[in-house]
Amino acid sequence: MAKNNNRPISPHLQVYRLPLTGIISITHRMTGVMLSVGLILFVFIISALAGGSASYAVMQGYASYWLVKLIYWGFIYALFFHLCHGVRHLCWDAGKSFDRETLNRYAFIELGISLLLTLSSLILFK
Amino acid sequence: MAEFTLPKNSVLTEGKTFKAPAGTTNIRRFEVYRWDPDSGENPRVDNYELDMDSCGPMVLDAILKIKNEIDSTLTFRRSCREGVCGSCAMTVNGKNTLACTKAIDYYPDTIKIFPLPHMSVIKDLVPDMTHFYAQYASIKPWIETQTPAPADTERLQSKDDREKLDGLYECVMCACCSTSCPSYWWNSERYLGPAVLLQAYRWLVDSRDENTGARLDELEDPFKLYRCHTIMNCTDTCPKGLNPAKAIAETKKLLVQRKLG
Repeated sequence: MAKNNNRPISPHLQVYRLPLTGIISITHRMTGVMLSVGLILFVFIISALAGGSASYAVMQGYASYWLVKLIYWGFIYALFFHLCHGVRHLCWDAGKSFDRETLNRYAFIELGISLLLTLSSLILFK
Repeated sequence: MAEFTLPKNSVLTEGKTFKAPAGTTNIRRFEVYRWDPDSGENPRVDNYELDMDSCGPMVLDAILKIKNEIDSTLTFRRSCREGVCGSCAMTVNGKNTLACTKAIDYYPDTIKIFPLPHMSVIKDLVPDMTHFYAQYASIKPWIETQTPAPADTERLQSKDDREKLDGLYECVMCACCSTSCPSYWWNSERYLGPAVLLQAYRWLVDSRDENTGARLDELEDPFKLYRCHTIMNCTDTCPKGLNPAKAIAETKKLLVQRKLG
């Protein structure tokens, strides 16, 4: 049989509906990247602190913009989410919590706890 | 390398619509992926309106009805119609399943049918499984022994040892899990994928197999095994209710245990 070399690739991301665990998995990776990029901002804050009152005031000026605040709290949520799913990975690596029926429940718990941790740090550090 | 978009020749186009005959009351709409290797055209999505009053209950029944009554060129694999052969694996409404064991009524509205994701398409719903089967053969899915066979019995297995194969031997190699896995989409040339890794584990835990060490050596590879990132699409989609992700985790555990002694 002559092979048709122009065979298409069947649709994947275009048609597949990721389950919640799949969405959380890709979010884990994205938050990981975001946290790495966010460290540059962190270095900016630290060096502003070290630079004395003038540079600190400039940094504080930036930090009071609502958009910067949003990024700041986004960073904290990303941190807690990444932490929670990291713990989930440790459970998985121990061979635990693979039951099909519990997958979504654990995913919701992860999302809930990371939100809760973000809110509590919002209250603590406000 | 991961390519998130479809190549030019794979982009979907609008297809034909086949209306239900006038006077039909119980209509269900089916959107089906079509690609004809002889046409030179891109894949398209055809729309079929089916009369549910004269259609069997399963998704496969609807596909057969299309082939028998509307368009005989529709091409797909099917055989046992009871979920033991694994031929009719396809993507139905965004999730891989066996068309023969999935009821039409399970879905609320229009039913969208595509071939297994990120596969080379031979025609319509028929993907090329050559690479998948080659990967399966690579894990040596047969018993390997060092000791001579017992003189007048089979190689026996205790009840407990036999139970270790439950949840593994039921796999029908339909490839629903492997083709649901984004890691397999991006790295299928080197990553074995959930179906083959579940089979690999099935031979690792078989008490009669005496080649466990060499099997583990083969799997200890950053790509073959460790491209699994516990995304869990495999376990989510398995039409037989099996848990490939757990089998992979157990394999990783075996490798750690061996290293720790």
